[in-house]
Amino acid sequence: MQGSRLTCVCIVAGALLVAPSSVSAQTPDAQALRQEIEQLRKEFEAIQKQYGDRLTALESKLNATEPAPQPAAPAPPVAAPAAQPGGQPQTTAQVPPGAEGAGGPTGALPVYGGAASSKVFNPDIAVIGDFLGASGRNTVNPQPALAMHESEASFQAIVDPYARADFFISFGEEGVELEEGFITFPAVPGGLLVRVGKMRAAFGKVNSLHNHVLPWTDRPIVINNLLGGEEGIDDAGISVARLIPNPWFFLEATGQVFRGDSSDLFHSSERGDLSYVAHLRGYHDLTENTNIDLGASYSRGHNASGIFGDVDLGRFTTQVYGIDATLRWRPLQRSIYRSFVGRSELIWSQREQPVSTQNAFGYYLSGDYQFARRWFMGARYDRSAHADDETLRDSGQSLLVTYWPSEFSQVRGQYRRTKYAVGDLANEFLFQFLFSIGAHGAHPF
Amino acid sequence: MTVMKSAACLVGIGIVLIASIAQAQGKVNVITTTEDLASIAREVGGDRVTVESISRGYQDPHFVEAKPSFILKLQKADVLVTVGREMEIGWLPPLIQQSRNAKVQVGANGYVDASAQARILDIPQGQITRAMGDVHPQGNPHYWLDPENGKVVAKEIAEKLSQLRPNDRAFFEQRLNAFVMRLSDAEKRWAAMMAPYKGTQVVTYHRSFPNFAERFGLEVIGYVEPRPGIPPSPQHTLDLINEMKKQNVKLVLVEPYFDLKTPNSIGRATGAEVLVMPPSVGGVKDVTDYFTLFDYDINLLIGALKKVGTATH
Repeated sequence: MQGSRLTCVCIVAGALLVAPSSVSAQTPDAQALRQEIEQLRKEFEAIQKQYGDRLTALESKLNATEPAPQPAAPAPPVAAPAAQPGGQPQTTAQVPPGAEGAGGPTGALPVYGGAASSKVFNPDIAVIGDFLGASGRNTVNPQPALAMHESEASFQAIVDPYARADFFISFGEEGVELEEGFITFPAVPGGLLVRVGKMRAAFGKVNSLHNHVLPWTDRPIVINNLLGGEEGIDDAGISVARLIPNPWFFLEATGQVFRGDSSDLFHSSERGDLSYVAHLRGYHDLTENTNIDLGASYSRGHNASGIFGDVDLGRFTTQVYGIDATLRWRPLQRSIYRSFVGRSELIWSQREQPVSTQNAFGYYLSGDYQFARRWFMGARYDRSAHADDETLRDSGQSLLVTYWPSEFSQVRGQYRRTKYAVGDLANEFLFQFLFSIGAHGAHPF
Repeated sequence: MTVMKSAACLVGIGIVLIASIAQAQGKVNVITTTEDLASIAREVGGDRVTVESISRGYQDPHFVEAKPSFILKLQKADVLVTVGREMEIGWLPPLIQQSRNAKVQVGANGYVDASAQARILDIPQGQITRAMGDVHPQGNPHYWLDPENGKVVAKEIAEKLSQLRPNDRAFFEQRLNAFVMRLSDAEKRWAAMMAPYKGTQVVTYHRSFPNFAERFGLEVIGYVEPRPGIPPSPQHTLDLINEMKKQNVKLVLVEPYFDLKTPNSIGRATGAEVLVMPPSVGGVKDVTDYFTLFDYDINLLIGALKKVGTATH
């Protein structure tokens, strides 16, 4: 009711504003127009009077029913039409008809969504593009010549005084996947860091890293063979991490429980087929410039090798053990020009299978040296057996050069030679363009 | 069983209580992101606080590594003082998140953004994009190089310390006043020293000195970096050399963490003096606190200006 009246007043006011301009434009009809305006004015006054009367009637009614009336309510209808033609953004709205007096709010209400101030609570958004190219020969595991391998969108914000949330959505050229999406409670009593959601498990180093922060264009063979490859252990679950106080170094223990589905590594046939990850990380500053980071990891879950005709007859499990070591050197005063990172991971996989348990072992060893502000070079050696056949061993070597035009983009070339247990020797040149737009993310350590 | 559990609970609560009481009587543990803030916090807090900085004065404060050992420092902090204005955006958020310390989370009671009341320059107007380099949308974070801002930061820290230790409010306020007075005296001295060189034109490597230049009457006419965070390019260096020759600029100021190759070649081409000028406490050995920072920088400048003669407009 009140809304339609308001519109009426608006139209009349608008007509009054438009009218003078047409008067000056067409003088012959001025007389007629003047009459029209006069008529409109009278009509407007009549409406105004009508409104005034009705409002006073309403007020008196309200006074009769409510002991404490709210005098603010009738004021806006008069003020609002005046503000409208000025092009001012409307920051308040009227209480919808019928809602008044029913215990609900009265008078002007704030409008959400329209005002720019609401955007301050939007999460930090960034998109990272990962373009991969490959040339040379690989008959065993060929990747496309050119591919927009991944576009990762991240949304990160503080949820409330107790938590923050991080979402990483990975768009391939075809499919979309939730790479990670979790809530973190950074200050739970007991010194715990609790995470709930879908996340990359804290097994070793490489498994927890996103593609765009890897020091290579690919993942090491041992990760592909024994730890589920690019997807790795990435599952829905709960993670709890605690610092273990001691006077000597940083020591953190992490325990994680997942549903039990992770690429081709773990497969959950029943609700009880959970997978588990345990990780212990020690870190120590050897000097101001040099530090060492050591880790031990364990994971256990059910595998799919015992499934016959949709029934998990075998109930087989896989256990994975890992050790990782990272040595970093970065002279503080020249930190933007020189650095070295040496890293290695050793992984043992114990996979129960229909015929026998396979005990596969693999590792990688890699080094990256920054020799100028924007230039890095690196090398990697790979060796690993297959998880489902310990007698098949792949090995490979890579050489890398990376260039950073700025903090927000990166070009990388990688020469890779792979000797597969089954199939031809592969000699490949891989290249990668990484580019990031949006919020300035933190640099990984 | 339940009796034992509740007994264990009570013991636990007791320990927590005793621990918190003990902490309440101890010193306030202040962690700062830079040594400048640490120096100011020491001035204000005196012997009732312990202060430690995460970064060193001779390292680029934009590119500090988020080392796990810093997590341990933050874990025990009562107060975290940050430079703000996105200075630490590349490394502080993961440290805070992993600190397991509710006191220093962003917006919590122990979190101090020292820039809140400071005079901030270079706040970009209009549309900004990364084509401008690594711009700081909230303005230039090197604001501590104006002693007036040092006073503002000190006040901010004193207020926070008083809030956490209400019994020591008088102590902190007295120290704050003493610091402000000493700084005002020193400022008069520095201003007098720099007065003859007002309007001297200089080139700096990064945009680290706008507040310093404003306070002490220098005019920054160009930068060795073509854009913030982008390393020097040959074309930009040539343009800069030409501009310096045209305007007869005789000083190039370089932060201790940048490579001297390009600045030195600019110096050779223009006859300008290249000065390694620390923007932070700890940037060079002799700069041990907030006062010696200005003493050192101003003496360095005046020494060089006497040598090359000035170019003012």
